[in-house]
Amino acid sequence: MRNRILILAGLALCLAALTWPVWRALASAPAPAPSLARPVGATRCVAPVGFMRTSHMTLLAEWRDRVVRDGVRTYTDADGRVVTMSLSGTCLRACHADKTKFCDRCHDYAGVKPTCWGCHVVPTATGAIVSGPAAPSRSSRPGAAL
Amino acid sequence: MPTVLLIAVPYVAAVLFLGGLAWRVWTWAATPEPFRIPTTTGQQRSLAGIAPSRVESPSTTAGVVGRMLLEGLLFRSLFRNVASGPTAAGTCPDPVFLERKALWLGAMAFHWSLLVIVVRHLGLFVEPIPRVASFVASVDGFFQVGSPSWYATDVIVIVALGYLLFRRVRDPLLRYLTLPADYLALAVLIAVVGSGVVLRYVARTDLIAVRQYTLGLAALAPTAPASPGAGFVLHLLSVSVLLAILPFTKMVHAAGMWLSPTRNQANDGRRRRHVNPWNAPAPFHTYEEWEDEFREKLQAAGLPIEREDGRFQNPQAGGGERGAPPAAQAPLT
Repeated sequence: MRNRILILAGLALCLAALTWPVWRALASAPAPAPSLARPVGATRCVAPVGFMRTSHMTLLAEWRDRVVRDGVRTYTDADGRVVTMSLSGTCLRACHADKTKFCDRCHDYAGVKPTCWGCHVVPTATGAIVSGPAAPSRSSRPGAAL
Repeated sequence: MPTVLLIAVPYVAAVLFLGGLAWRVWTWAATPEPFRIPTTTGQQRSLAGIAPSRVESPSTTAGVVGRMLLEGLLFRSLFRNVASGPTAAGTCPDPVFLERKALWLGAMAFHWSLLVIVVRHLGLFVEPIPRVASFVASVDGFFQVGSPSWYATDVIVIVALGYLLFRRVRDPLLRYLTLPADYLALAVLIAVVGSGVVLRYVARTDLIAVRQYTLGLAALAPTAPASPGAGFVLHLLSVSVLLAILPFTKMVHAAGMWLSPTRNQANDGRRRRHVNPWNAPAPFHTYEEWEDEFREKLQAAGLPIEREDGRFQNPQAGGGERGAPPAAQAPLT
């Protein structure tokens, strides 16, 4: 009988641990979905929104490979627009001016820690960095993880 | 329909998982274990001059705890796996029992990867993301290969599960011993891992919508994601199937291992007397009592008796108590 009490206590402890997220969620307010700062002026991204939501990281990795390995610096999107393949220069300067209100919102929410900023400079609101062919040397380090 | 599926299925699976687990543990807890039945692989505690194996054949609770931890965390019994092998002809013979560590390695790789993967997924259900989940994820993604970066455990768990399936199929003897239930467990785990890997690296889904959904599941107020995609539905369904069948298949060893009497009992059957608590109260008459009763008649008849003078037992004590050891015992010589 002593064992039975011990076993049931252990079982209760296990069940409490397994359902911990539920107790935790019931005790606190639900987390709102991240709200993103929409780009001013621009209406279209280089790829459909659905694709960008799920797979922007592969697009950026592809950009990196083409710039760093092939020396190609321009990208033609599905609509025929030609853009410079540059995270700091194009994505962040042309559309998503504030990284903390766009990139970080979702990354923080999902617990993703991309290594982009180990190499890339975060442009300031005044546009302190140059883009295009004279991209910052730090962004063209081969083998740098995105 | 998919909305109902995404909301009803995980809850049904969770109820089956938790309820089934509790039910299994309760049936084990309710099963009496009157006797010591540990299976041991070492020298039990004996005379002072013989070194006991304190963990492999534990005689104390501390030894049992050590044994269970060794088994639960490091899979000690699988590390003991051996196979009989050929002896080298003409030379000093090789050991007939050859060490086989592949199963142990595969099991360790699979189970620990699974733990890491589960802890990593904790971030989907808890807000804010627990520090342990992000720490484990960062260690797991240490190599920073690709984008999204590959997790080391994704590779390890696939290789380990592949090996665990391969070893059952490769060897005809093992294949003969393998039951459909064994394939079921492997198939469900491979489905879970496979769909998860596909979901991360091939058919990605909107992670923000998924976390909204999983946080909703944890808060018991779920809203299904608008377009979850086939990969996510497949992953969710396979995980639900795994959880739902876990308590009713061999995978319940996760809980059962800790409650195995052959492992969690101290090997003290010779040191402590374990009396079956539900023995029927049968009156019995020991030889000593019988001799006490008929001593005069036996002596008169000239029959040999143990005690010519005096009695074995104090007549007032009434002797023959159930379960009590004999009052007097001839010393072992």
